[in-house]
Amino acid sequence: MTDTTLSTGPASPDSLHTGDAAKARLRARYAAEARFKWLGAGAVALAGFFLLLLLSTIVTKALPAFHQNYVALEVDLSADKIDPADPGAANFLGLVHDGMAGEFPQVSGRQERRLLRGLVSTGAGVMLREAIEADPTMLGGTRRIAVPLDDFADLYLKGLLAKSGPSCRIAGVTVSGAGDEVAVGFPDDAILAMARGAGAVDGEDGGLRLTSGSQSLLLEIAGGTLKITELSTGEAGGAIGKATVLEPLASASDMPDDAMLRTIETAEANRKITDREIVWLDRLAGAGKIENRWNTLFFFTGASREPELAGIWGAVVGSALTMVVTLALSFPIGVAAAIYLEEFATKNRLTNLIEVNINNLAAVPSIVFGLLGLAVFLNWFSLPRSAPLVGGMVLALMTLPTIIIAARAALRAVPPSIREAALGIGASKVQTVFHHVLPLAMPGIMTGTIIGMAQALGETAPLLMIGMVAFIVDIPGGFTDAATVLPVQIFMWADFPEPAFQQKTSAAILILLGFLVIMNAIAVVLRKRFERRW
Amino acid sequence: MKKVLLTASAAALAVAASAGVAAARDQIQIVGSSTVFPFTTAVAEKLGQSGAFKTPVVESTGTGGGMKLFCAGVGEGTPDFTNASRAIKDTELASCKEAGVTPVQIKVGFDGIVLANSKAGTAVELTKEQIFKALAKNVEVDGKVVANPYMTWADVDSALPADKIEVLGPPPTSGTRDAFVELVMEEACQEAVEAANEKACTEIREDGAYVEAGENDNLIVQKLEANPKAFGIFGFSFLDQNADKLQGATVEGVEPTFENIASGDYGVSRSLFIYAKKEHVGVIPGMEEFIAEYTSEAAWGPDGYLADKGLIPLPEAARATQAEEAKALKGMGS
Repeated sequence: MTDTTLSTGPASPDSLHTGDAAKARLRARYAAEARFKWLGAGAVALAGFFLLLLLSTIVTKALPAFHQNYVALEVDLSADKIDPADPGAANFLGLVHDGMAGEFPQVSGRQERRLLRGLVSTGAGVMLREAIEADPTMLGGTRRIAVPLDDFADLYLKGLLAKSGPSCRIAGVTVSGAGDEVAVGFPDDAILAMARGAGAVDGEDGGLRLTSGSQSLLLEIAGGTLKITELSTGEAGGAIGKATVLEPLASASDMPDDAMLRTIETAEANRKITDREIVWLDRLAGAGKIENRWNTLFFFTGASREPELAGIWGAVVGSALTMVVTLALSFPIGVAAAIYLEEFATKNRLTNLIEVNINNLAAVPSIVFGLLGLAVFLNWFSLPRSAPLVGGMVLALMTLPTIIIAARAALRAVPPSIREAALGIGASKVQTVFHHVLPLAMPGIMTGTIIGMAQALGETAPLLMIGMVAFIVDIPGGFTDAATVLPVQIFMWADFPEPAFQQKTSAAILILLGFLVIMNAIAVVLRKRFERRW
Repeated sequence: MKKVLLTASAAALAVAASAGVAAARDQIQIVGSSTVFPFTTAVAEKLGQSGAFKTPVVESTGTGGGMKLFCAGVGEGTPDFTNASRAIKDTELASCKEAGVTPVQIKVGFDGIVLANSKAGTAVELTKEQIFKALAKNVEVDGKVVANPYMTWADVDSALPADKIEVLGPPPTSGTRDAFVELVMEEACQEAVEAANEKACTEIREDGAYVEAGENDNLIVQKLEANPKAFGIFGFSFLDQNADKLQGATVEGVEPTFENIASGDYGVSRSLFIYAKKEHVGVIPGMEEFIAEYTSEAAWGPDGYLADKGLIPLPEAARATQAEEAKALKGMGS
């Protein structure tokens, strides 16, 4: 009926394609296209921004965990400390503590000595024992041995625990008195304004009190350190005050009147390290006894309750063992199932049902597989708890649908002409599949498998039920040893109260991400190298 | 390639088959409370460091879940110890007995439950009654039991800051929540509320003023830092480790400090336990040594390494009797 519509009026073709309305429509279409492009670019930019934000937070939080501060101590390993006939019986941690006390001979009193001992890691004794077992020639004589610092001392030296304020030089400071409390005198009262600025509170007698809630004012004089506790106006425009001795002065008689005043901006009550410990650590650092080392402990030891000793290696080995079991089970079974369903099975109600079920299984929450593992593998087969073998079997169940679906898609993508040509020259069905179809489908199958494995590597939920979410120190040596995996280690560290574990958590996340990136890169490379297009 | 894969999978299946008849377990298995977990793991590590035994495997399953596994029976497939943030229940003891398990109870210390906020916020002094009024689902107003109408702390008591009530705490599955309800909510329960419905005392409001923040106490700590007006409910060890960022509210005029909890002055504290399976002692190597390590002064004493982790030690006399009973493996109800 187009003829009739055309003949109804003298309407020019301009009005349909080049008229004003048409132009408006065209503009609207271009505008819609531009809008969509901008929206798309915006979505990509937003996703990229969040990814960058996430990665940068993790990386900046993780970086401190890759280094660990060690203190080099002179440790007495002579025969009267360690019996050469039975070196294992010695008190190694005690020897390390003696070495620490040797650095600060002036420290006396039970509480103070305990504080000083607390600066070195409690694992130092075990490390010393292992070092001696590995090299017995160390025995007999004093050796310089580097031991890791405790987590809080380590965090302080990394600048994460307390903020140091400005320091200035003051001339004409006088110190009198002896014992733990001394009297100090300043030539002018500028110190009072400083103390006020540092948060000192007014005492009852009109003086100023520096409490644990205010900044710390430390006076370094004559080789010792004083902590100012009280200040008031003195004679002739000066100031007088009281101070606690953190480190005794070397020479009380002829006092150099030149002192260094330093402030620590974080109030003592607001940090997990005392002024005394800060003074000791700075003294050690000043003497060059602190070594900031690449944290090999983190990479090559198992878990620990002490943040400075905790390592990721146990979890890496556990993950590797689990993945071996998962791959060994899910890959052959998955590929075989896919080949059968795609190449051999006749299409009927039963195969349809199986297909639907496989697709459904891929969407089942992973915790369900864990419950299945608990019921079947642990309770029925009575396999050991917390073992990578069971973990691998559970994860294999979870990965199977992914692999089957990917493998079927890859097999389907091989053109029928390949099969027909092979059958045409007399190959059997099995020969056709294994000699021609499967090799061509392999890159696709591999990609699917690696993606499935990467997914399994990041799972914790199914492992909860079979006891792999556990504190395990020993590095697993086999498939039935108790083990944990990387994401579980991250989960556990995130849960520990010690603040130093937060850096460890981020560092472990980086390592897990590293493994995932490597696996995905392999998938991409395989696809690029072996992929064929028809 | 195919052959390699087939061999690999055959090997995996063979390992699977042989594992079923594995040799006697030589590693202690521990399950139970997530509150006791940080302490038991520290002891486990010390036992492993001694070099004589493998480091025990410690799982954090919650007190109830741990009891269920522990009481499932005797044999290699069942755990040797369970951690508990409360004493074993009669029903649990009965099911243990039925399965032939004799638990040995060891009280290892105390844990305080604290109500804390960021140091950037206002320090508050609370009473149990005020906490009840702020958090209960139903409260008594003018003689009538109504759904909690208090929106700010000042509504509860004019002496408190006029900030919106926002408390982050553990979910009902947690032992910390159980203990908090028992020690604060039930104790301070108003008579009218109790008369209306016995269960009402244990109910915590669900109108958004109390936020269930999951079992991860670190998450609560981070949220408190970000929001100085919010309060959090968690174990003392997290307050202790984050003393630079958080301040604990006083309850009934007592500050939540190490000393106050140890002396029993601080009212919101509970006992922590471990239970050993008597039948496994002598079969699984290292069990007696583990108990000895846990009950040594170097571990659970006031200067021990568990105190550094935030465990509040028992009084000296109690430590002595507990250590003695543990050493003698005094089974429960036998």
